[in-house]
Amino acid sequence: MSEYKNVNRPVRKKDAMALVTGKPVYTDDLAPADCLTVKLLRSPHAHALIEDIDISAAMKVPGIEAVFTYKDVPNERFSIAGQTYPEASPYDRLILDKRVRFVDDAVAIVAGESEKAVDRALKLIKVKYNVLEPLLDFRRAKDNEILVHPEDNWRSLCPVGADNKRNLCASETSEHGDLEKAFAESDVVFENTYHTQANQQAMMETFRAYSYMDTYGRLNVVTSTQIPFHVRRILSNALCIPKSKIRVIKPRIGGGFGAKQTAVMEMYPAFVTYKTGKKAKMIYTRQESQTASSPRHEMEIKLKIGAMRDGTIKAIDMYTLSNSGAFGEHGPTTVGLSGHKSIPLYNRAEAYRFVYDVVYTNYMAAGAYRGYGAPQGMFAMESAIDELAHMLNIDPIKIREKNMVREGDTMYAYYGEPANSCALDRCLERARELMDWDSKYPSKDMGNGKIRAVGMAMAMQGSCISSLDTGSVTLRVNDDGFYTLLIGASDMGTGCDTILAQMAADCLCCDVDDIIVHGVDTDSSPYDSGSYASSTTYITGMAVVKTCETLIAKLKHYAKPFLECGEEDMEFNGREIINTKNNKKISLKDIAYSSQNNNDAEALCATESHSSPISPPPFMVGMAEVEVDKETGKTELINYKAVVDCGTVINPNLARIQTEGGLVQGIGMALYEDVVYNEKGGTLSNSLMQYKIPTRQDICDIQVEFEPSYEPTGPFGAKSIGEIVINTPPPAIANAVYNAVGVRIRELPITPEKIYNGMKKK
Amino acid sequence: MDIKLWINGKLIKDSVEPDTPMLEYLRSKGCYSVKRGCETSNCGLCTVWLEGKPILSCTLPLMRADGKHITTLEGLQSEAEEFGAFLADEGAEQCGFCNSGFIMNVLAMKRELKNPTEEEIKEYLAGNLCRCTGYVGQLRAIKNYLKSVKGEAGNE
Repeated sequence: MSEYKNVNRPVRKKDAMALVTGKPVYTDDLAPADCLTVKLLRSPHAHALIEDIDISAAMKVPGIEAVFTYKDVPNERFSIAGQTYPEASPYDRLILDKRVRFVDDAVAIVAGESEKAVDRALKLIKVKYNVLEPLLDFRRAKDNEILVHPEDNWRSLCPVGADNKRNLCASETSEHGDLEKAFAESDVVFENTYHTQANQQAMMETFRAYSYMDTYGRLNVVTSTQIPFHVRRILSNALCIPKSKIRVIKPRIGGGFGAKQTAVMEMYPAFVTYKTGKKAKMIYTRQESQTASSPRHEMEIKLKIGAMRDGTIKAIDMYTLSNSGAFGEHGPTTVGLSGHKSIPLYNRAEAYRFVYDVVYTNYMAAGAYRGYGAPQGMFAMESAIDELAHMLNIDPIKIREKNMVREGDTMYAYYGEPANSCALDRCLERARELMDWDSKYPSKDMGNGKIRAVGMAMAMQGSCISSLDTGSVTLRVNDDGFYTLLIGASDMGTGCDTILAQMAADCLCCDVDDIIVHGVDTDSSPYDSGSYASSTTYITGMAVVKTCETLIAKLKHYAKPFLECGEEDMEFNGREIINTKNNKKISLKDIAYSSQNNNDAEALCATESHSSPISPPPFMVGMAEVEVDKETGKTELINYKAVVDCGTVINPNLARIQTEGGLVQGIGMALYEDVVYNEKGGTLSNSLMQYKIPTRQDICDIQVEFEPSYEPTGPFGAKSIGEIVINTPPPAIANAVYNAVGVRIRELPITPEKIYNGMKKK
Repeated sequence: MDIKLWINGKLIKDSVEPDTPMLEYLRSKGCYSVKRGCETSNCGLCTVWLEGKPILSCTLPLMRADGKHITTLEGLQSEAEEFGAFLADEGAEQCGFCNSGFIMNVLAMKRELKNPTEEEIKEYLAGNLCRCTGYVGQLRAIKNYLKSVKGEAGNE
């Protein structure tokens, strides 16, 4: 049983009952009925210049309020990536641009009184395009003569190796040790190339926002976002108005998974309201959310590993090529995780090198998706380690046991950060038991044309962006002695409002119900960089711990004249402060009332921020059991075992759901999900009919266990959980398929067709 | 066109455009539990009952409900709370955006199937997508709910 009263317990989410009874708590439920409908005219070409655009007929449609083109918007470039300023992502966007860079890029904004009027007006806009040759091969993008961003006001704010005149969104080399020597001394050198596809987050609530001018003449934007404070900056940049003129509010969100870490569409209704003074609303269709959004970066990863015959890994050399698409959102940062989160798993290697290029192409821009770049790197690394094991005739578990990162290590490929807490070894051992690996590995012929086999993968992630992410909370005592916790982090359904209240309740020795949570409103919430990079539990959680300590100190200070003693002789038990010398007491209620009254009035309120110089990795092991049809290549996932070390589990229910949900997204990435383009750059996977996310009938037995370590720098010993859980299925399933039929799939998704063709070739 | 229908038991007489989709109309009448998640009848978020049977309100023209009864989650609040509590106790409501349509279908399933097997549950609810939970927690909640309902029935 938990040693805590609230932490490490399956507390119900504070908003749960509102959600299960269908209460109107989401953006579109709250929008006023008289909002203008805002829609976009989109480009049919992957690359073109707008030569002429005629809106006169569209403006004549009854009910049309405004039509805007590139001629109407500021010519200052900005980024819509939700990142701490100065953003690593290049400033390469305009609200509307004369140059369109992908099929479905924005051409014009239409706002009108009804959807019907707007739809009619959209059809009446006449555009003359100078169609240019698109750049559709990301392997040939670097230094190609076609430039996606030739413009002179393109800007990169950080030294990330970007150069728009070379189609480079970012590039970098990092290394440790003598790589050449380590390879020369290796008995064997393994080398191969892996390819991961783009994926859509496919959150159930598509992108949406509405905007209005408030009493004070300020632009208010209510949006389904993970990054309210960044949205305020992004809109300020886009509209060229001061941040003080903008307020951003986040209501309940219908899922994010990173998609909403990019301000994909807030600028359009905001611009309409700013120009017309009228309320405006934009709801992306599912199609728009599939064709003009922020999917996972497609990556190609070349991996070279040097090892001794006994399985000792000596050298790792990785090159990642990442496809950022038409714009650079999260381009320079996702790519880093492909190496920095996969190479340190094999921390015993003497030397490593990690090189990457991120390139512009004329596809829809990529963005942030759960795992960021780690799932891509993990697919390559964990596939390659299995291939190496087979080459050396060693059990995949044994080669990992021999080389994996352990508690107390310094992780050279992870910015030299320490592994203060690491139960990866225990995760591996437990997963092996749960899967009954030793009796199932490698495979079993079922005698009915099908073969069952097991495969495994390890993974790590971070718990924040070191020295960058900042979380803050404000806590105040109200009359009656209950608390208000103002949160700047976005609860996107994962339950951060609740787990932060759980932590506060344990710090303040009270119940979760005594803590009112409120978030997020940029006018009232303290600054938080947002809900991404797995940082909320670890960073904002620590801000909660610090804020509670400060508030308790203030309460004690306030109690001094009443208890007639110093703070050192006081004890706070959640209900009262006691003078331990004479047992004299004052209740929290009395303190609260007194603090709001007469001459003793004092604002009993605390705000603290937290950021961390390190980003302690959670670790996990995933094991898949598959059944492959020898005739057709059809693969069925029979069961999946996952053991996770996320440090102290703050809420076992919510952590379990995070894990199960992340695994199923990873299973989708492994087996079905693929953003497919036609030869002209148009997205074919433009609906949930074409883009297949797993249904409940696709999902097998999934078993999740936790094997906690204790992270000394985290709140209550916690690390993160949100992202790591998506990392293991692609490599674990690929490895299982190989163990079943000897076909190595190095290109996701793992379709029956690829397996069938592989079997035929053998 | 003139239309007469019942929403959650309340009689409504109205004049609407012939191509009015049921989903948008229900939301305009305050039934905000009804959500749109796609345009291709794939996600199940917009599930409501027409004459007690679950249908997708995104693709059904409102005129098809002329003279009929529509039920949304707003009309099933106590049952939503009852089953929803099991969902909440797994943390499986998560973002909640798919919940209304999903719960409408769970409650329909409860009326239609006696002692459904795991396979039957998955088949009945196959059209209800969820991106947060991976479905596993939802299944636990359904099983616990059906067990409790059955227990109550046994005590009667």
